[in-house]
Amino acid sequence: MTSGVGGTGVSAPGSTGQPLEWKFSQVFGERAAGEEVQEVDIISAIEFDKSGEHLATGDRGGRVVLFERTDGKDLRSRRELERADYPIPRHPEYRYSTEFQSHEPEFDYLKSLEIEEKINKIRWCQTANGARFLLSTNDKTIKLWKVSEKKLKNVSNLNVDPSVRLSNGNMVGSSPVQSPKNYAPFRSMNGGALCRALPVISNEFVFPPGGIPSLHLPTVWSHETALIARCRRVYANAHAYHINSISNNSDCETYISADDLRINLWNLEVSDQSFNIVDIKPVNMEDLTEVITSAEFHPSHCNMLAYSSSKGTIRLLDMRQSALCDRHAKLFEEQEAPGSRSFFTEIIASISDIKFARGGRYILSRDYMTLKLWDVNMEAAPVATFKVHEYLRPKLCDLYENDCIFDKFECCLSGDGQRVATGSYSNLFRVFGAVPGSEEASTLEASKSPNRRLVQTPSRSGNRLFNVRGRRDTRGRGGDSPGSEINGGQYDFTSKLLHLAWHPVANVIACAASNSLYMYYA
Amino acid sequence: MAMVDEPLYPIAILIDELKNDDIQLRLNSIRRLSTIARALGEERTRKELIPFLSENNDDDDEVLLAMAEELGSFIPHVGGVDFAHVLLPPLETLCTVEETVVRDKAVESLCKIGSQMKERDIVDYFIPLVKRLGAGEWFTARVSACGLFHIAYPSAPDLLRAELRSVYNQLCRDDMPMVRRSAGLNLGKFAATVEPTYLKSDIMTFFKDLTQDDQDSVRLLSVEGCAALGKLLEPADCIAHILPVIVSFSQDKSWRVRYMVANQLYELCEAVGPEPTRTELVPAYVRLLKDNEAEVRIAAAGKVTKFCGIISAQTAIQHILPCVKELSTDSSQHVRAALASVIMGMAPLLGKDATIEQLLPIFLALLKDEFPEVRLNIISKLDQVNQVIGIDLLSQSLLPAIVELAEDRNWRVRLAIIEYIPLLAKQLGKDFFDDKLGSLCMQWLGDQVFSIREAAATNLKRLAEEFGKDWAVQHIIPQVLEMINNPHYLYRMTVLSAICMLAPVVGPEVTCQTMLPVVINAAKDRVPNIKFNVAKMLQSMIPIVDSTVVEQTIRPCLQELYEDPDVDVRYFAQQAIQACDQIMCA
Repeated sequence: MTSGVGGTGVSAPGSTGQPLEWKFSQVFGERAAGEEVQEVDIISAIEFDKSGEHLATGDRGGRVVLFERTDGKDLRSRRELERADYPIPRHPEYRYSTEFQSHEPEFDYLKSLEIEEKINKIRWCQTANGARFLLSTNDKTIKLWKVSEKKLKNVSNLNVDPSVRLSNGNMVGSSPVQSPKNYAPFRSMNGGALCRALPVISNEFVFPPGGIPSLHLPTVWSHETALIARCRRVYANAHAYHINSISNNSDCETYISADDLRINLWNLEVSDQSFNIVDIKPVNMEDLTEVITSAEFHPSHCNMLAYSSSKGTIRLLDMRQSALCDRHAKLFEEQEAPGSRSFFTEIIASISDIKFARGGRYILSRDYMTLKLWDVNMEAAPVATFKVHEYLRPKLCDLYENDCIFDKFECCLSGDGQRVATGSYSNLFRVFGAVPGSEEASTLEASKSPNRRLVQTPSRSGNRLFNVRGRRDTRGRGGDSPGSEINGGQYDFTSKLLHLAWHPVANVIACAASNSLYMYYA
Repeated sequence: MAMVDEPLYPIAILIDELKNDDIQLRLNSIRRLSTIARALGEERTRKELIPFLSENNDDDDEVLLAMAEELGSFIPHVGGVDFAHVLLPPLETLCTVEETVVRDKAVESLCKIGSQMKERDIVDYFIPLVKRLGAGEWFTARVSACGLFHIAYPSAPDLLRAELRSVYNQLCRDDMPMVRRSAGLNLGKFAATVEPTYLKSDIMTFFKDLTQDDQDSVRLLSVEGCAALGKLLEPADCIAHILPVIVSFSQDKSWRVRYMVANQLYELCEAVGPEPTRTELVPAYVRLLKDNEAEVRIAAAGKVTKFCGIISAQTAIQHILPCVKELSTDSSQHVRAALASVIMGMAPLLGKDATIEQLLPIFLALLKDEFPEVRLNIISKLDQVNQVIGIDLLSQSLLPAIVELAEDRNWRVRLAIIEYIPLLAKQLGKDFFDDKLGSLCMQWLGDQVFSIREAAATNLKRLAEEFGKDWAVQHIIPQVLEMINNPHYLYRMTVLSAICMLAPVVGPEVTCQTMLPVVINAAKDRVPNIKFNVAKMLQSMIPIVDSTVVEQTIRPCLQELYEDPDVDVRYFAQQAIQACDQIMCA
């Protein structure tokens, strides 16, 4: 019930060994040449739901946009299909379904701080009754949204003619008949104040035993439905620092939210209390050496969660051990190679994102230069390291100057756990084969022709760019740099591809290049 | 559109607004569904209103919640128990919505209706509903189904009973943890209706499945089931099936499970009987008292008195008391506070000698605890220990503890101790109180925090009630009245409110002689706030004092205030004058 849904008709070619050939599928919000991007439109979060039927993006303007899968339920008419005379695409395709304003800019008067509306993370919750639930968060406040189809109702055959009521002066301010035209989906629940006294039925009124024949119920009919998003809960005031992650527990009852120094545990149904389970704030803030950068629950063990830190470590916690998880169950940390230390070592070691693979056996982490795959049973070193940004090593000084070195790239795993992907500069993203022996390492551009740059490049072996194993580290792969090959070594550090997500079952990647959402399949 | 006669107009509007687009109006109509039903009559309620509600369930949760509640008591409106089944369809739909509170309410209403339905109707309508929900596509329906079995089962014939049991079994193994949690939560209720043979076979198997669930949240809830099932089973079966589970739960890897055990353990002692309690449960409880997770120790410490109440005094002294001693110096203040809140209750259980010998040192240590809540908790239960050993043994340590709390930096702590002062006064007696605590009570009247001053005034009233009028005249009133000369108007106001509270206790004579002049005098205060408070006070004194006093003293004063330049003073003076008039008329 929990897995395998929605994988219909999607086979994963090249499930082992063979590299995937990525093709452009779709783009939403494509930028016209020379069009200036509005800051608020820049995508800041992407998330597929568990089935892959839905995709959500959040942006800096606090909006959440939902997409739904179209294939399978083909929307074209039969005639169109016949004319087209080609099979419907086998890979998942999406269409815009709805959007809503999740967060608004706020001001914290106590601390004199502006709270941005930017969506930091989106997480899908358990679907119920066909209604989709999702959590969205900005720096401070988490909200639970319910998105469901609502019938647009027409009401007629009332007992009292509305026009009469208006003339009676008894009814002001709300129209008794609701027309779909002026239906306001974002209406405040407390809006429409009562501008009149409620009808009073005197106590002496005697109801005849058979009822009053002249009274009747109104007639309701509906011919249209609309997707309506409603905020069901607001989980506020629990974080002193900026929230960087939220993650649902497999018990479908709780979730965690993590800020720079603390992790809180919430019950989805209780918005006015949360439990602090991790607190790394030192007594004296001058002793601060480490912050939490990302946290995630184990996909199936309700008691396990992992969090990463700015020091490049991942801690695995067991909530069963104690209420406040001060002591980690496992600490994953790679010893740095002796002699390689520099001013930037600590900065680039900081982990920007971690993800559990589906089974929960592996954890993928992203730091500035690499992707690392950890086996939860091996704490000393990652089982694989994929060099993403090795070619930037000589430029670290510049990157420090322009703050790019602090960019937080996300990472993702394919549903089968056999491949990993992460973003880079110049709107590029990279996909690596994660199974032992795989040499797959592709670089793609978030554009309509993802392999454009690839084609320009004299490639050594067919379509694959990289197959050179790391010289020193035999586990390392993809260490070669596309640097010399792309645009004559020119990078566009302003075009960062920070956010991307892999479809839970199909080989489909959704990634954000500024305000545009690009989808690729293989 | 029909025109409606004048008397029917409100009802017509009520009906129309079932579909208004203002949620407040819809909510109002739904809350008065019974009125609508009466207006339509029983037959049309069945044939029109109920189907109408079933079809229009696409509403806001607030409206659905109200609908679920109303339908629960709707049987009289549809024509009595014979027609109760017509109410099931709308509630069935409400059992499937996403919002938990709505579902819970719908289940509650279904149970309410089901328990009144005729057996034949249960078989024809209710059981099919339970089966449909149990096989629902979405987890929401299945979660709701779990709460209905105990109503359906007793009326079902054997064949259906077997089927119901197997549906429940499925629910206990559902993919979704929410469903399993609900199955665990409702198992006790269901088990109470199941025949003993199946209780031992089927129900115990379901229970076992739940106790071995991967999800902590499911196992947690099955701990609660232990006590419920334990009470249903024969002691021998309980020892064979429940005891091992609870013993293993008490050593569960998850502290949350152990926490639940610590909370529930004492309930199980009765079910298994004294001997297994001594051999199995006491050691389990001792382990929990020594658990390395503070939350578990807090729960265990909080139940120490209840647990000792079940076992023999000797076992308590031998096994539990050493742990209690350890807990009194626990590193977690919350553990100590939990212990302090119940430990006084152990005194009557252990008897005088053991209390003096063993418990007293612990009381004294806790009274000196650095954490104020611990001290407060001890003081709040002082009456229990007083019955056993008398207060004298404690009084020496008590006084410094009280004084320290009375001057605590945290005003909430001061507030808490003030609230215990009448209790202390009762236990300590007048003499001790006069010597040591009297001045404290006055001191609080001059506290910087309003809540403390307010509580101090209430406290004086309660003391006066406790020790009587004469005592109050002698020990409280002079000191209070003295404070009316305080240069700060806020403190003068405290005095006024204290007078106001004391007046009914000390009676008209004292009020007129000593307190009324002070109040009248305060009407000449330069601060308007004082003046309008005087007006309010005078108003409250009217019923207490003699009518001649009202006419001769109070009314002239109010008349004067009524001429005041300040609008608020005039307002309250007018209110008080009106009250005077009413009294005079009556």
